[in-house]
Amino acid sequence: MSAGPDTPPFSTVDINNDSRDDEDIFASAVQEVSLDPEVNGAREGLEKVSIDDTPASISTSLNSPVMEEIATERSNNIIITVTEPQKIGEGMSSYVAYRVFTKTNMPIFSKHEFAVLRRFSDFLGLHEKLTEKYLRSGRIIPPAPEKSIVGTTKLKMTSTPSTENVNGSVSSAGVQSQFVERRRAALERFLNRVAQHPVLSIDPDFREFLESGMDLPKATSTSALSGAGMLRLFNKVGETVNKITYRMDEADPWFEERALRVETLEACLRRLGGACEALAGERRELAVRTHDAARAHASLSGADPHAPLSRALSHVADLHEKIENLRLEQSNTDFFILSEHIKDYLGLIGSIKDVFHERVKVFQNWQHAQMQLTKRRENKAKAELSNRPDKAEQAANEIVEWETKVERNQQEFDSISRVIKKEIERWEEIRVDELRATLLHYLEEHMKHQAQAIRYWDAFLPEARAIK
Amino acid sequence: MMQDCVEDSSQDPLSTVPVADPAPATMDTKVEKKKPNENVSLADNSLLVDISDALSEKEKVKFTVHTKTTLPEFQKSEFIVVRQHEEFVWLHDRYEENEEYAGYIIPPAPPRPDFDASREKLQRLGEGEGALTREEFLKMKEELEDEYLATFKKTVAMHEVFLQRLAAHPVFRRDSHLRVFLEYEQDLCAKPRGKMDLIGGLVRSMTTTTDEIYLGATVRDVNDFFEQETSFLQEYYSHLKEAVAKVDRMTSKHKEVADAHIKLSSCITQLATREQPPMERFLTKASETFDKCRKIEGRMASDQDLKLADTLRYYMRDAHAAKAVLVRRLRCLAAYEAANRNLEKARAKNKDVHAAEQGQAEACAKFEQLSARAREELIDFRTRRVAAFRKSLIELAELEIKHARSQQELFRKSLQVLRECQ
Repeated sequence: MSAGPDTPPFSTVDINNDSRDDEDIFASAVQEVSLDPEVNGAREGLEKVSIDDTPASISTSLNSPVMEEIATERSNNIIITVTEPQKIGEGMSSYVAYRVFTKTNMPIFSKHEFAVLRRFSDFLGLHEKLTEKYLRSGRIIPPAPEKSIVGTTKLKMTSTPSTENVNGSVSSAGVQSQFVERRRAALERFLNRVAQHPVLSIDPDFREFLESGMDLPKATSTSALSGAGMLRLFNKVGETVNKITYRMDEADPWFEERALRVETLEACLRRLGGACEALAGERRELAVRTHDAARAHASLSGADPHAPLSRALSHVADLHEKIENLRLEQSNTDFFILSEHIKDYLGLIGSIKDVFHERVKVFQNWQHAQMQLTKRRENKAKAELSNRPDKAEQAANEIVEWETKVERNQQEFDSISRVIKKEIERWEEIRVDELRATLLHYLEEHMKHQAQAIRYWDAFLPEARAIK
Repeated sequence: MMQDCVEDSSQDPLSTVPVADPAPATMDTKVEKKKPNENVSLADNSLLVDISDALSEKEKVKFTVHTKTTLPEFQKSEFIVVRQHEEFVWLHDRYEENEEYAGYIIPPAPPRPDFDASREKLQRLGEGEGALTREEFLKMKEELEDEYLATFKKTVAMHEVFLQRLAAHPVFRRDSHLRVFLEYEQDLCAKPRGKMDLIGGLVRSMTTTTDEIYLGATVRDVNDFFEQETSFLQEYYSHLKEAVAKVDRMTSKHKEVADAHIKLSSCITQLATREQPPMERFLTKASETFDKCRKIEGRMASDQDLKLADTLRYYMRDAHAAKAVLVRRLRCLAAYEAANRNLEKARAKNKDVHAAEQGQAEACAKFEQLSARAREELIDFRTRRVAAFRKSLIELAELEIKHARSQQELFRKSLQVLRECQ
């Protein structure tokens, strides 16, 4: 299944594609770039590629440098939307199914548009498979949304279908639909990130997830309370201990610097996320209080015998109800646009830390092999000194065995280091672009909200003037 | 006709008023006002009162009351005294207990200056200082100081309006207690309300309410108009009170929404320092945008407070004062009916008839006079209320539109700059 990282069949092929030189953002991390120019056309060429026009060289191993270069130089033409969360069944055995709709030009898919139904555990199953296959080679696997036993149980136990909430007032139904919406958005982000990744996007399991009309085998091992879940928990604990106790002798300053940068970024993002959630929460509370004020004005209007004033007060009440909804929308903007983006990135940073840790483990292996080799060499020397030819020969064999292992482990370490560097550089660029886009979107939405506020007050002004 | 001077712009606590030497650290504030209120529409300017200065120190606020008059009853034509809140209450009580004014709506006494909330917030800010960055702390401190200043200006305005209503009123202005209040340089005998006074006040207000209920139950009203007014005012008052409470909660939360932008701004700035120059510029600009946004939201909140909440509050108190008139009238009616019964008894026994007749005639005249005056006052109350609400609501809408437009423009410009930021 997973091809070894040590097969670069095209690494000696010369490239002549100049148009990409100024975009070579990997210059710092990559020693050599190799590409067959026939395979990698211009960006626009992708649309013209028909389904059968699969370049022959794509059949090479998944982790070859060629594959990476082809895919990393342009974004994949694929958009995935996750919609229509529907509750299937009732009670504890119920679950939410999502419609996953894909629109794409990518050659590996058999159609341009297609949709399937998937449940949450299917997503987790996909994530787990991708992690198993690619984490070891240094890939950053986009994080899957968190399991939430509380949220999920509540969902199962409510009898009303938890589709989009019609009015936005805060109520338990509102909170529920918020949960579903957050999850839906997170699942969508997950799939799209995988889809944009040069290597992950062409993974067969991913393809099957998007395309296959059949239900996927139930990923029971993803359940939090299953045996596999328990095992995962133990492993995680063990890993955590490992992370704390093992100090890697870092030869490459790049990694040390990046690791530190990632840590500080994480701290910053956490604080920003907290501030954003606080703002969203305050606005939601403001909406509730606006509702109360609206009610109070309605009562006041009812008690006022002077007709024009009564009418105006009633308009004040209506106005405030509209403002209440507006404030809720503002809160949602804070929440769904900014706050969720930040959470997403914190998840990604988690994946990055995972990948750094994988490298440490690979290093550990290498060191371990190194130690074994040294021991065997000592054994051989000792055997020779004590004139034990049979032991010496045995030791010599073992030396050969361990030398091979050391070499292989070293290559694995070099490879994972190289891949991580590329992944991180790619991530850095995406991160900045996405943050920009998010902030711009956020401001745009808030600008629209203000326009709406102006409309409401403008409509009210003549009512106020009409009081006699 | 009394003119209600609460809504004109020079009463606007947030209009730019030169502040002399704010020393917020110790919460000692002086506010100077340059000109007297000119919105008192009288045919003459024979009695002009304003609060030209105010000083807040620890527990007390000292108001400098400045009077300019052409009336002969006063010793000088222009003079100043320093008064504290309790002395305003003393003045109000003198009007309340004067039977001659029984049919009038007495301008409600200004509320006690209350900086507890602001002080508490400032204290909490100080305690939580460690959790904030220097920048965040300074911004929050600035916000709280602004809030404190606004509260202060408001309380000055309320005390001023109280005096101005009295000074503008053709009957109230002639009261000797007002003269004493404005002229007498020593402290008035009003002591700060000790516990007994507070309890006394409580007892008094309780008896008023029981009066209302008792009288309402036993004395049948001869006049439909007053029946209606009574039930209207009861209901209206309680709705006003409710509305005030809800709007207050809303505006205070709105302020918190504004304040929440501080942390957002600061975190984005922190993020910016770790980025490359183009992104750093982008984020710094975004952070500035949120900061400006915060200020506008803050203004939105305080204008809601000023135009909506304060209007509601003022009329709530006025409604309470109007209810007091109705109670006094009912008492007077009870006295009238007692005089009637007395006369009947006297005629039946044929004893002291003349005295009883005179007593009855007096009670009748008093009652009729009071009723007539009360009716005028209550009608006037409605007119004033409608006019004031209209004015406030229009001003509120205009201000909110203005602020929303600023916000919109802020976002638009920022988006433009940010998009160009490469």
